[in-house]
Amino acid sequence: MKLNANIPAGPLTQKWTTHKHEIRLVNPANKRKYDIIVVGTGLAGASAAATLGELGYNVKSFCVQDSARRAHSVAAQGGINAAKNYRNDGDNVYRLFYDTLKGGDFRAREANVYRLAEVSVNVIDQATAQGVPFAREYSGYLATRSFGGAQVSRTFYARGQTGQQLLLGAYQALMAQVSAGTVKVFPRSEMLELIVVNGHAKGIVVRDLIGGKISSVMADAVVLATGGYSNVFHLTTSGGASNVTALWRAHRQGALFANPCFTQIHPTCIPVSGDYQSKLTLMSESLRNDGRVWVPKNGGDKRPADQVPDNERDYYLERMYPAYGNLVPRDIASRAAKRVCDEGRGVGPGGRGVFLDFRDAIKRFGEDVVRERYGNLFEMYHEITNENAYKTPMRIYPAVHYAMGGLWVDYNLMSNLPGLFVVGEANFSDHGANRLGASALMQGLSDGYFILPYTIGNYLAQNQVKRPSTDVSEAKRAEQAVTERLNKLLSIPGKRTPADFHKHLGRILWDHCGMARTEAGLQQAKQEIAALREEFWRNVIVPGSHDDLNMALERAGRVADFLEMGELLCLDALERRESCGCHFRTEFQTPEGECLRNDAEYAYVAAWEFGGDGKPAVLHKEPLVYEEAHMAQRSYK
Amino acid sequence: MKLTVRVWRQKNARREGRFAEYEVQDASPDMSFLEMLDVLNERLIRQGEEPIHFDSDCREGICGMCSCVINGEAHGPESQVTTCQTYMRSFKDGDVITVEPFRAMAFPLIKDLVVDRSALDRIIQAGGFISVTTGSAPEANSIPVSKYHSDLAMDAAACIGCGACVAACKNASANLFVAAKVAHLNLLPQGGPEKDPRVLGMVEAMTSEGFGACSVTGSCEAVCPKGIPTSFISRMNHNFLTAALKLRVHGPRG
Repeated sequence: MKLNANIPAGPLTQKWTTHKHEIRLVNPANKRKYDIIVVGTGLAGASAAATLGELGYNVKSFCVQDSARRAHSVAAQGGINAAKNYRNDGDNVYRLFYDTLKGGDFRAREANVYRLAEVSVNVIDQATAQGVPFAREYSGYLATRSFGGAQVSRTFYARGQTGQQLLLGAYQALMAQVSAGTVKVFPRSEMLELIVVNGHAKGIVVRDLIGGKISSVMADAVVLATGGYSNVFHLTTSGGASNVTALWRAHRQGALFANPCFTQIHPTCIPVSGDYQSKLTLMSESLRNDGRVWVPKNGGDKRPADQVPDNERDYYLERMYPAYGNLVPRDIASRAAKRVCDEGRGVGPGGRGVFLDFRDAIKRFGEDVVRERYGNLFEMYHEITNENAYKTPMRIYPAVHYAMGGLWVDYNLMSNLPGLFVVGEANFSDHGANRLGASALMQGLSDGYFILPYTIGNYLAQNQVKRPSTDVSEAKRAEQAVTERLNKLLSIPGKRTPADFHKHLGRILWDHCGMARTEAGLQQAKQEIAALREEFWRNVIVPGSHDDLNMALERAGRVADFLEMGELLCLDALERRESCGCHFRTEFQTPEGECLRNDAEYAYVAAWEFGGDGKPAVLHKEPLVYEEAHMAQRSYK
Repeated sequence: MKLTVRVWRQKNARREGRFAEYEVQDASPDMSFLEMLDVLNERLIRQGEEPIHFDSDCREGICGMCSCVINGEAHGPESQVTTCQTYMRSFKDGDVITVEPFRAMAFPLIKDLVVDRSALDRIIQAGGFISVTTGSAPEANSIPVSKYHSDLAMDAAACIGCGACVAACKNASANLFVAAKVAHLNLLPQGGPEKDPRVLGMVEAMTSEGFGACSVTGSCEAVCPKGIPTSFISRMNHNFLTAALKLRVHGPRG
């Protein structure tokens, strides 16, 4: 298989403009003849569905939640980047492009990242016009703040609820299209299979989660906006419903899965408190603007934080990375936290935690200013831990947060399966081996509002395979396979619950494929996952039936796919014998313990093809060719 | 902690429901309320019984998916938190905890504690948006908004659409939900052109979905996990009156 990323020719700064001139358009009168399926209603899915509806396409939008407004984009706290240069601090499109590429440790596709930076400014305009209440200065103009991995202030925010407000903007645009009759939303519906006809993605099999009805929906193109797969780790900052099933089903039908081992561990989460824990909660990276991260200099120091004098505190990020200090990128901050805890200097129960301290910020600005900036985060911290972070420092520890990997797409955001488009976190995207803070919202909305609506037209205008009816044999076979699988899950006379298998899988991955990975550990994880999967299919217990709302059955199906995907994650981590961004192989590090990249051998996108059940996946490589940027050693010192 | 949990169990909308009692032996004060239910559900599944169905997703109090009336209060005993952010330290060892779904005519029951809140989506469809076609937006800083109004709009926009206000109201009114969205958009200059049709359309949709009239008791504000104040309802009533009068004077022009 030859991977063609379809990157337009010409200078980097002109590629997107030229491409928009050159791609085919669909005549306005013809747009209503096309049906498009959009799965997922987060930032990417809702913005794409709304915009496609505005353009005149017939859009069918699906989500597993009870309303489109619940998608997990809603939980993003800190902000959204854009190269507006409102602060006159030297920001521009090129700088945002370069920061993002460098932040991703030079493992992202250059042309995509440049386009992302270019489009970022339109996203802010669009959201503002929709009424997204971004923070403002007293002058009435938009405020910004700083985020990790950047030395300019380019992050727009709406208190600590930026994701919620941007999602509501996109959701409201979607609801406007529903009332205009161009979009139909199907909530509480789960895509369980992709239908491929003559090599083109032409439909999906959907289960109505309330009545259990299984049906095929056909379209001229299918857009997956189903978010990331980080819940494969079980304890993450994702919502409970976030899963890999849509992506994994598409992968099994031939779509390539790219860079699955690039999973982000976020440095500032509330530490685990017990075995019953269902999820981890993030404390926004924006807190690192004013909070200082430290641990006691000496291991075993059990004094309360306020009794540790300054000269016995180790502000280790400021010490190790003086140029960026507490604002180093996430992968670097996470590994540093792990290192100090491994040295026995961690704080809190089990010693897996570091302090994030606002004492100095409160002294400098007063408690009121800190409350205005981060009040809701302090409240959330209090609800969960019963501690007052205005008085004692927060305790934080890294947790799995985001998936940079995802389905492989070309410059048009189309997968290797014609007609299958993938947007937002679901694609392998623009973040390389590490995503910078406030870039996920930027990417989701850029894809949905400004990129996919153009590029999908290019496919439809040359659409060689017409929309088939639901009677085609491919659809019937897919429906049958879905029903058989559900029946099988319900008939296994096992003893362990789906959640128990999920927890077990998460533990394997966190231990061996988390912040530090080794050859031996990954080999072991692969074997353990294979054994767990084998056990799952004979020892899972799923009560109830499939013609009724059955959340245990939903969970079981998702865990079954995670059990396959988790093995691919380890395989990818094993094959990438270098360290880059979040992917840290302990065998490959500099004397200072930083990532040791190997550009000569690994400057490629690893795109995996499904090899069949029980057979190994097949690796395809898309070389990363940088025409403008220079692949530098990343330094934040 | 040892607890007795009385939960509303109902197989689906067609069957009758009833309270079922479960003993929970091993709850920890640091568990969230939903984690306590998770632990109970794991036990039920292992016994081959169907777990207690309840909605939840983000479990950090922002998606608005979790619901439940706990001991008679929507989202439980603590003020300004959702059910998912309610922790067992709010209860005592030996407590009997009663858990019910959000009850309202406009929220038909689906199963156990799960209800259908799609009526709230249909209210948004009736005007809860600013019509701006993608690509047609002006430069963001060309529309300055006073910090006062912007902050007030954000206070209203913080609504998570959970429907607790409806569940708490004896009339099952959605006034606080509608008022929050009307205020969010009508306070901003961007929302100005559609101000009147927005408030008229959304109020009409609320009525036709079967939500009741405002009970003027303030129970909505008391349970709102985001602390959205009823002053937004006064603001909506003012908007509504102005819009309705304009309609009478100038005719239906939007």
